[in-house]
Amino acid sequence: MSTRENNSSNFIVAGWEKLGFVRYLIAAAFMWSIPILMDKDIFPVLNGSKGINILFITGYWILLSLGLSVVVGLAGLLDLGYIAFFMLGAYTTALMTASGGPDQFHIVTWPTWAALPFAILVAMSAGLLIGAPTLRLRGDYLAIVTLGFHEIVRQSALNLAIVNQSRGIAGIPNPSIHMLGINLDFGLENELYWWYLLIPAILAAVIMIKRLDNSRVGRYWTAIREDEVAAAAMGVPVVKMKLWAFVIGASTSGVAGWIYAVNISYIAPNSFPLLQSILVLCAVVIGGLGSIAGAVLGAVLITTLPEVVRELSNGKEILGFDPETGRIAIFGLALIIVMIYRPGGLLAAKRRRTELSEAGAADAVVTSDTTVVDEVIDERPAGEDEVH
Amino acid sequence: MPLGALGFIVPPAESRVHVSDLNLWGRRLDCNFGLVGPTFVTGIILGSIYALIALGYTMVYGVLKLINFAHDAVFAVGAVGVFYIFGEWFGITEPMSGPGLLFVLLASLLVGGIVSALGAALLERAAYRPLRKRGAARLSFLISAIGASFFVTYMMQQGFLLGPGKRGFPGFMATQPAFRLFDSTVTNTKFLTVIAALLCFVVLDRFVNQTKTGRSIRALSEDIVASQLMGVNIDRVILTTFLIGGFFGGVAGTLYSLQFGFVVWNMGFIQGLKAFTAAVLGGIGNIRGAMIGGIMLGLIENMSTICIGAEWKNVIAFSVLVLVLILRPTGLLGERIGG
Repeated sequence: MSTRENNSSNFIVAGWEKLGFVRYLIAAAFMWSIPILMDKDIFPVLNGSKGINILFITGYWILLSLGLSVVVGLAGLLDLGYIAFFMLGAYTTALMTASGGPDQFHIVTWPTWAALPFAILVAMSAGLLIGAPTLRLRGDYLAIVTLGFHEIVRQSALNLAIVNQSRGIAGIPNPSIHMLGINLDFGLENELYWWYLLIPAILAAVIMIKRLDNSRVGRYWTAIREDEVAAAAMGVPVVKMKLWAFVIGASTSGVAGWIYAVNISYIAPNSFPLLQSILVLCAVVIGGLGSIAGAVLGAVLITTLPEVVRELSNGKEILGFDPETGRIAIFGLALIIVMIYRPGGLLAAKRRRTELSEAGAADAVVTSDTTVVDEVIDERPAGEDEVH
Repeated sequence: MPLGALGFIVPPAESRVHVSDLNLWGRRLDCNFGLVGPTFVTGIILGSIYALIALGYTMVYGVLKLINFAHDAVFAVGAVGVFYIFGEWFGITEPMSGPGLLFVLLASLLVGGIVSALGAALLERAAYRPLRKRGAARLSFLISAIGASFFVTYMMQQGFLLGPGKRGFPGFMATQPAFRLFDSTVTNTKFLTVIAALLCFVVLDRFVNQTKTGRSIRALSEDIVASQLMGVNIDRVILTTFLIGGFFGGVAGTLYSLQFGFVVWNMGFIQGLKAFTAAVLGGIGNIRGAMIGGIMLGLIENMSTICIGAEWKNVIAFSVLVLVLILRPTGLLGERIGG
């Protein structure tokens, strides 16, 4: 990539950053207008109610990938069981609202809104519970423990009578708003409301992550990710900060779990296969580790792209690939390619990009004294910690 | 041999001992001690398969200090290779006997092992070596490995390969009862699994401890930089390690499919996770540990069904993993590749 292109893109990014809080208003307005843009005349595929449903799915996947981006991208902890938190959020919602038949076990039967903070709380506590004993371990052990944790949660739900085993819980009520003269009933007929519900959730998550990343916590996370031993020697509370990453990462999946449960009204253990945990990871890695724009792009790629392909192919196989499962093979391949050729992902985070290119610049000092800070990472060797 | 001969007091099979009336989410905890014998036998048999797969995890970990997440796909690829070569290509479906059976059996185990070994070597070249040359972060290796695992697994699920359902494994070895042990019938395929696993373990143990290549593998696991300075060709040794680990994975895959009579695209997933647990339990990076860990995990998860429903088996196995990692992360025998 030429330097000129880089400069112009940096100029746009810098201008965007200068907008401050207005950025979020613009983003909200853009998200608000997406359903309008999805009109048949403008956008040839995915229009009508199907398109809006996919928009909703993309929305809660953005929440998921934002959360996982904190864990994997910012703190550098590989979590392969992220959907377990999502599942716990959804099940908490189901058990705290008037769901299921008369025999259904409930903790309480509150309105759906009241279950939201508890769904977040349960997801965060689960992050604390699985993180506290395992975050002292090395990264690769953590990956496998989280993988096991996902299976433990899923298999427990499959076997526990109070959550109806594999039959799952049906009839989770839809939320509604009846106050100050506003009467909003979320349901099948008002599909767009679900998307409007997601917009503030996504924006809140983005603002939270951005502010954390730019705070001392974010710098701690970077330090831990780059060199844990050095960070500990410099006085970074390593285990505590890793736990925070886990807990904060889990919080957005709690929100996503709540939205998923109240939207779809029916949850069962088989809706949360391990595959989904891997797909969220794909979204985060392909989009760009630790980058918010990357997490959003990744979620869109993982959810919307296969749907577009499926619609264009009318559900037929493409080159022998089944549109539903073939995408996983493709995304698996994409993970390897991204790791080898573009370790920062499609939209690399600014801080990570600078770090990676500075590591390259350190090598380049011997030959020339020009700065190469704007150099894109894929042309530079990454000076990260070494695996033999 | 009845258990009583070993000094165990064995209650009759039909006696169900109610340990307590503890109400565990609506399920009473009752232990059926009549199951001790059969679950012991099943545990040993399944444990041998875990142990064989765990050898692959342990070899790679011992040398590279890296969890080879794609080993589950390597395991499946061996069995699928045998399925294609013997089932689809040679069209062997009839049960065989005598020297013919022995020949086909050995050939299929060898073919399964070789297919998996080649798969593992390809994985090393395509997904690991470029990252190693760049000195990439640990996280990159794990993500790359997961990508490889899911790529291979879901390629096998596509219609042009196995497809979404189970496919019958070439039935050249008819499953029949061989003998009875501890109130349970051991079939010939199950017996073969245990014998083959033991044999593989002995061969590998000898190989690593007594050959020149084995010595370079041990050298790498001690200190990769020093062994390079001493003239060890590390790329070749790493490739050899993947080949060996893959070979045993493929043998395990073939034995597994032979025993259960099918291949399926996702057969590696749960087996891989359990084998990893076994490797960690015995001490990852330790060959004897992998063997002991495999057998122990098989015993723990199967003997847990004496008191807890069989549907909790997987939960028990993964809880063992979490507990071992918390209480003794180095495993029972510690992290050493040599004996």
